Amino acid sequence: MRPLLSVRNLRIELPTRHGPVVAVDDVSFDIAPGEVLGVVGESGAGKSLTGSAIIGLLSPPLRMTSGQILLDGQRIDDLPEERMRRIRGRQIGAVFQEPLTSLNPLYTIGRQLTETIETHTALTPSQARTRAIELLEEVGIPAADRRIDSYTHEFSGGMRQRVVIALALCANPRLIVADEPTTALDVSVQAQILALLKSLRARHGTAMMLITHDMGVIAEAADRVAVMYAGRLVEIGPVREVIQRPKHPYTAGLMGSIPKIGGPRGRLRQIEGTMPGLAEIPTGCAFHPRCLQAMDRCRRDRPSLAPAGRVHTACWLYSASVDDLTAGGPDA
Amino acid sequence: MPEAPLVRTRGLVRQFDVSSPFLTRLLQGQGRRSLKAVDGLDLEIRRGETFALVGESGCGKSTLARMMVGLLRPTAGAIEFEGVDLSRLRTRAEQTPFRRKIQMIFQDPYSSLNPRWRIRHIIAEPIRTHHLIAKGPALDRRVAELLIQVGLSPRDGDKFPHEFSGGQRQRISIARGLASNPEFLVCDEPTSALDVSVQAQILNLLKDLQRSHGLTYLFISHNLAVVYQMADRVGVMYLGKLVELAGVEELFTRPRHPYTRMLLDTLPDLSMSGRHRVRVAGEVPNPIAPPAGCPFHPRCPYAHDRCRIEQPELRNHGGSLVACHLPDAALQ
Repeated sequence: MRPLLSVRNLRIELPTRHGPVVAVDDVSFDIAPGEVLGVVGESGAGKSLTGSAIIGLLSPPLRMTSGQILLDGQRIDDLPEERMRRIRGRQIGAVFQEPLTSLNPLYTIGRQLTETIETHTALTPSQARTRAIELLEEVGIPAADRRIDSYTHEFSGGMRQRVVIALALCANPRLIVADEPTTALDVSVQAQILALLKSLRARHGTAMMLITHDMGVIAEAADRVAVMYAGRLVEIGPVREVIQRPKHPYTAGLMGSIPKIGGPRGRLRQIEGTMPGLAEIPTGCAFHPRCLQAMDRCRRDRPSLAPAGRVHTACWLYSASVDDLTAGGPDA
Repeated sequence: MPEAPLVRTRGLVRQFDVSSPFLTRLLQGQGRRSLKAVDGLDLEIRRGETFALVGESGCGKSTLARMMVGLLRPTAGAIEFEGVDLSRLRTRAEQTPFRRKIQMIFQDPYSSLNPRWRIRHIIAEPIRTHHLIAKGPALDRRVAELLIQVGLSPRDGDKFPHEFSGGQRQRISIARGLASNPEFLVCDEPTSALDVSVQAQILNLLKDLQRSHGLTYLFISHNLAVVYQMADRVGVMYLGKLVELAGVEELFTRPRHPYTRMLLDTLPDLSMSGRHRVRVAGEVPNPIAPPAGCPFHPRCPYAHDRCRIEQPELRNHGGSLVACHLPDAALQ
């Protein structure tokens, strides 16, 4: 099956006084129609920038310096702003962390929804209003036909995030890019929003790129997960596989450092050190200074994504055997 | 005879005035309105233990923390430290010895450190305030020792906060918290602004320091997995009241209050076992107008008529204190 979204060798740079720093470095992945791909990483790993590049909203001076982004086989990264604006909304919806930044406090919920619907579809104003009420019902807003004329300040945080999701759904997009959609919410509301996102996927087959720092959210809602570290993709594969049998030492360390309920209480496993800043990414594998299994080669050569069991990982612990088999590898 | 608790609160209440401005009240005939952030709290914290408080935003846990360290005055009730009622201490001279023994670690390491001060100045401030060590080489040695205890280098003392990552800043906050040799440390969401691998480092550091310094912690968090790892006993708060108080193993294996059960059910299932969970419903009501009867009844799957009228008291059920008319319903 052809992927719905294809990101090829994405590179994002930030110009500084001391020359450009690379914020996202050679990242490639696909999202199949109807699939939820979780993208997980710590702050500064490049996950949100990757999402912004896909929806064409990288804020200058950040810019994409190489690579391609294809939607349904068509490049969308080099489109003029006017055409990209139409794709955003119609084919790709966006949900951000803080619902208030996506909503206009001076307009009613209904006006924001109907405007978006009228922009992206051929519906008449009264049809658009009916559709807006349907959308609000769909995202679980009680008494939607009355609440549609409310303003955002009359809604709670969870209800606002539901409205933002309704906005993203206005034109029935095939892909939703959701950047930390539950992070600003209380735990009980977070669970409800995740349930909503899952039900939307089940009903409409909407694919999703779910960007989060929270492995728990990934475990709940994603099919596959991509783990990012220092601007690079270090591991990608089915969620259960990555969570239960992480291959890359960073993924393994990350899983170990998550506090869990049940089992022994005591010291958590921790990864020593911190993720390097963009201007000081080490040579070879970016994780090697913190990796307990680092070898000479890890300090020297950068590993690329290669199959390891049911996942792909960028780590010499797994790629070594592949190189031995295929004469003409980087070291041959 | 059991040892007297280090900290005890009796009928602790804190109200905030949330009335409209005078003219609006006059013109619209409104009265004054108040919000009971903490509503009659009785708890005891034993020397050397970690007592955790969990709850969602607006439950009053941070208000309680701020009263504990003297940043807010209670509206009613008492906070006793080593048997002394802190609210009766009127003069600075009376308060100072207790202030030295009670310190706080804040949630946001970005706003809790003065950006214009060098780190050694920040860490030395409590020492100067309490006249513990005179300025000079002895003070420099003490600051260096504190930096080493929290895993930083003595050379970091010359830097400014912006030169550090979030996790390192939280280490600085902890060093400052330890500077006056406190006995009781109030940690208000100390890791919720941090990435998970950094969180593990800070939680381990807090555990190590507790052991080496014999500290008592009040640990406030919305993250149940973190609480499970850190706490000896746990109090669950909802709309300003304690709804359950139990030892950590008891609370996590036999949650008796339906709200505790609901919080546990919101936890993402990292083991991906597909265990059965009760669906979470509703959001925390507006604390200005809390529901009559049991404050949780509108969201409670077991609520019956009595819950809507009569507010349940905290009572002992199998070793846990529970404020519920049907304390065993959630166990089924």
